Amino acid sequence: MSDIAAPAALPASRQPPVRMTGPLAWLRENLFSSWWSTAVTLALAYLLIRYALGFVDWAFVNAIWSVPTGANGLPDTSSCRNNPGGACWAVITEKHRFILFGTYPFDEHWRPMLVCALFVGLYIVSAMRRFWNWRIVPIWLVTLSLIGVLMWGGVFGLTYVPQERWGGLPITLILATFGLAFAFPLAILVALGRRSKLPAIKAICVLYVELIRGVPLISLLFMASVMFPLFLPEGMNIDKLLRAQIAIILFAGAYLAEVVRGGLQALPKGQYEAADALGLSYWKKTLLIVLPQALRLVIPPLVNTFIGFFKDTSLVLIIGIFDLLTAGKTAIIEPQWQGFGVEVYVVLGIIYFIFCFAMSKYSAGLEAEFNRHRRR
Amino acid sequence: MSAAETLASSVRADAPPAILLERVNKWFGALHVLRDVSMQVATGERVVVCGPSGSGKSTLIRCINRLEEHQEGRIVVDGIELTDDLRSLDAIRREVGMVFQSFNLFPHLTILENCTLAPIWVRKMPKKQAEELAMEYLTRVRIPEQAHKYPGQLSGGQQQRVAIARALCMQPKIMLFDEPTSALDPEMIKEVLDTMVELAATGMTMICVTHEMGFARQVADRVVFMDRGEIVEQGTPQEIFGNPKTERLQLFLSQILRGH
Repeated sequence: MSDIAAPAALPASRQPPVRMTGPLAWLRENLFSSWWSTAVTLALAYLLIRYALGFVDWAFVNAIWSVPTGANGLPDTSSCRNNPGGACWAVITEKHRFILFGTYPFDEHWRPMLVCALFVGLYIVSAMRRFWNWRIVPIWLVTLSLIGVLMWGGVFGLTYVPQERWGGLPITLILATFGLAFAFPLAILVALGRRSKLPAIKAICVLYVELIRGVPLISLLFMASVMFPLFLPEGMNIDKLLRAQIAIILFAGAYLAEVVRGGLQALPKGQYEAADALGLSYWKKTLLIVLPQALRLVIPPLVNTFIGFFKDTSLVLIIGIFDLLTAGKTAIIEPQWQGFGVEVYVVLGIIYFIFCFAMSKYSAGLEAEFNRHRRR
Repeated sequence: MSAAETLASSVRADAPPAILLERVNKWFGALHVLRDVSMQVATGERVVVCGPSGSGKSTLIRCINRLEEHQEGRIVVDGIELTDDLRSLDAIRREVGMVFQSFNLFPHLTILENCTLAPIWVRKMPKKQAEELAMEYLTRVRIPEQAHKYPGQLSGGQQQRVAIARALCMQPKIMLFDEPTSALDPEMIKEVLDTMVELAATGMTMICVTHEMGFARQVADRVVFMDRGEIVEQGTPQEIFGNPKTERLQLFLSQILRGH
């Protein structure tokens, strides 16, 4: 050991220690490694199986899928009421169109249905990196105008449907899509503004973020729906949905701005200096060097906020806008359906979950793809 | 030393100075980091700036492309005075390339994109032409085969050579080096220094902050020794290293020579 000068031959490499692999080894290592671990595993397995079986019984085996029409022309739900051990999916069978589209005229339901399909199509196209160029702008403009035409009607032989009659899933998708589509660019500008060297711009951005963050979304929605019209001149009226939309955009913008600022702050100073030294102007530096890196860093908290706001749109129920959740609640107000809330909420939960889980999975893929450059 | 003499002969004494500093002063808060610094660098001249850490040498060259703002005095680069005017700043940054201690490559862009970014967006060069130019310089720093990798996939020495190529792609008249080898492992220092020696041989005006005395002897027309924010002594490498006049320079040289 002391003779470091001698050109000793390299010692022969040893094999790494043998590790047991395969599912059995995994089970033994993680679930049954000691008597204590074994006991916990067995106890949890018992509970898991018991409740899973209970759920299957409730949701499938004992469930009632439809009910007959009673003598008074209304659905007769007595069979459901006499079956406490099973789900009454009949409420979904009967009410699914109301839950999905609210009070939109029944014969025109194909229109909001098409709108939902257009939204989903828009998400899928926007998620494809092939379209991440100027083409995305006309795609969004055309799709959103098409959605407006379909929802309102009044042209091309479509009957006019006032905004008060809209409801259900389209409302949720409209609030979330427009909300995040406008809030995100706003957030980037505010985050950049907060780091600006110009005191006025910085002060405005700080004030905006702190004011909006300091109040609950509910009070902001109340202000938009109740107080805001009081300040408008006589006879002037801005659509209620639009007012709620603006409140959501402002609220989401403040939160997203802080997320984006986190990314800006995480970027090493050397990146700014290198861009400066190459002669890039402020906007070129920001768009080509700073934002691409800063936004990649904050994909997880960004998507976290996106998902949070997708669900927060349901708060518009307090100002009487019929989003998906409100439509679901309203569907079980009729006396014959009262008491079947669980079934409705399970279905609503599944719909929300599908959208949120898709966002989550997509962001995980995006993160892996975008951080490729960090791999060796 | 004949190489240094032939290189030195490329300096044109009659031409206007590429860089002129007159009584430049700068403070960080209350800390006086540059004290009445005056110097001239002629076109084609290669100047090595050395000195102990905290002596203000990095601040000095960062003032030349205004990564730091000086508070008093004049700095004239390529005939343009550095002022608050953004247009003069843009003009100067286009003509002055910089290489940093920590490379500062853009990690989200490939090597080729790192090199073509500024020519395309600042010089408005067509993409194809910018790529050809970038490949030419990447070949010159001997890493054309890495063009489509990301900076994180390269060694430190390779990254620093890319940083040199990136700066050269803007075809600057002046190159600033801010301790380009200080963050490198010993075995990678030579490859970067070799690249810089080759660059010096092309007649580029260069200011290098470095402690590599071998490099200074080989290529510098002049060595500037700074300590505590002021220029203490300057002269040819032979004068500075062979016959240091001030005590501070003698102390500094004895310290870095002990380290080697």
